[in-house]
Amino acid sequence: MSKIGIRSVTKTFQVRDSGEPPFTALSGVDLEVREGEFLTLVGPSGCGKSTLLDLVAGLTHPTAGEILIDGAPVTGPGLDRGIVFQQYALFPWRTAQANVEFGLEAKAVPRKERAHRARDHLALVGLSGFEDRYPHELSGGMRQRVAIARSLAFDPDVLLMDEPFAALDAQTRESLQEELVRVWQHTGKTVVFITHGIDEAVYLGQRIAVMTSRPGRIKEVVEVAFDSREGDLRADPVFGEYRHHVWKLLRDEVAAAQIQERTVVTSHG
Amino acid sequence: MADSRQDTALAGDLHWYDLPDDEAQADGAHDGTAAGEARAGERGGAAGGSRAGKRHGSAVGGRIRRAAVNSTAILLLLAAWETLPMLGVVDRVFVPPLSDDLVAWYDLLISGELPEHLQASLARSLAGFGLAILLTIPLGLLIGWYRPVADFLTPLLELFRNTSAVALLPVFTLILGIGETTKITFVLYACSWPILLNTISGVRTVEPLLIKSARSMGLGPFRLFQKVILPAAVPTIFTGVRLAGAYSILVLLFAEMVGAKAGLGYLILDTQSSFRIPDMYAGIITISVLGLLFNLLLVAVERRFSTWRTT
Repeated sequence: MSKIGIRSVTKTFQVRDSGEPPFTALSGVDLEVREGEFLTLVGPSGCGKSTLLDLVAGLTHPTAGEILIDGAPVTGPGLDRGIVFQQYALFPWRTAQANVEFGLEAKAVPRKERAHRARDHLALVGLSGFEDRYPHELSGGMRQRVAIARSLAFDPDVLLMDEPFAALDAQTRESLQEELVRVWQHTGKTVVFITHGIDEAVYLGQRIAVMTSRPGRIKEVVEVAFDSREGDLRADPVFGEYRHHVWKLLRDEVAAAQIQERTVVTSHG
Repeated sequence: MADSRQDTALAGDLHWYDLPDDEAQADGAHDGTAAGEARAGERGGAAGGSRAGKRHGSAVGGRIRRAAVNSTAILLLLAAWETLPMLGVVDRVFVPPLSDDLVAWYDLLISGELPEHLQASLARSLAGFGLAILLTIPLGLLIGWYRPVADFLTPLLELFRNTSAVALLPVFTLILGIGETTKITFVLYACSWPILLNTISGVRTVEPLLIKSARSMGLGPFRLFQKVILPAAVPTIFTGVRLAGAYSILVLLFAEMVGAKAGLGYLILDTQSSFRIPDMYAGIITISVLGLLFNLLLVAVERRFSTWRTT
């Protein structure tokens, strides 16, 4: 069944203090995300991927259309959805443990259970023994693990991830990708994962939703099926085929996005 | 508001987080990432441990070295102060050698004159400073939280901040007379601006992503303020408090020189006019040491509240 329903969603922003027409970020987006699936979302930069995620998170409201979680419209943010941001968004004055407890405090979980659950989730992302470290004492990869643990700890049904590994180096990114797959298989969450990396999209996604350039729509949803996820998946010829298919879908959109950017620059500069 | 941040970089206000050791440590953490995250758990743990050990070892040596570097200039000044009058390079009537001044200081201490003035000054400074903290932190939090109020008031606050308290002392005297109320109000006024402006700026410059992250976890406005805005603003607020602490002593001296019968400012001016020059220097030494100690205390408190701030 469908976990998240995105039905002809349009989002426009009024450009402040100008007579220009409103800026259309998304235009008629339709997408169904199945219960427990791992969906990756790729698109050229500026196509409204993050806006779409904000809408599902309930941080903003669609101009037109509707967003449903389990068939019920989204009215605002809630602990049934957890977000992981690219820049970690950890609270620097809280230790790793206290950061993970943050969402549990919001959920009014009793103190003892909070500590217990936070430790369990830090262990799940491989950070046992780092409970008392402050974010600035952790590497980028470790901070992102804390952020993932924080979003999992309050047990949301849906995990929304906005280019979470984009700021990390290649090796760290790969190992975190593997761990994310493991965590996803272990917890059975529905994951929506935004990326601009085609490899990452193919490696992680059961399905890949490819978006057009602005105003963003869903161009195509690619089903990804590997016989087995064991071994070096990226070396599998099938991986290359998927990769090339998504690349072709994106190429025209990226070109279109670049032309758009140039016209914006010339008209404003 | 940019200049209120600049104030934080006053000379002599070196913080542990400004020191090169820690930057090297941060780089080390990044190298750890690049070298492979796969075993970040164990590797990071071991590296963290050895780093902490090294840091402790070098901290002792580093502290001694730093203390030596920091005190050299002061020792040179004191030596010059002692020898130049002796050698007749400067007039020893107007600048008596340091030893004479210290003897005078000791006599003032024993006679009870110095403690009396010191107590008068401290009471005024602390009263004004304390009142400023109690009144302006809540006010600043309110102003910073309601953005339209902040936009409305900021130009006015900037105007007041740049109006020297000294310029307003005659006004305070006119309205409040020449008693304690005037002096405390005067200190209160001078202390209020750095605290108020830093509090407003602290509340307003909270990283938007943190607010977004907390909102995504369903926090309402009140919890958001309590759990995110307030803790994020604490270091900035403390910078304002520390600045105010310095002002509280600086401006009080002036008030005590204009109209007072006690206090260190009065002591300094009174001894000068009755030509008790060593006593005058004793007063000056007291005030500079007092200012230094007060600042050190506030820096220590500030550090306790901002251990997490690394930039």
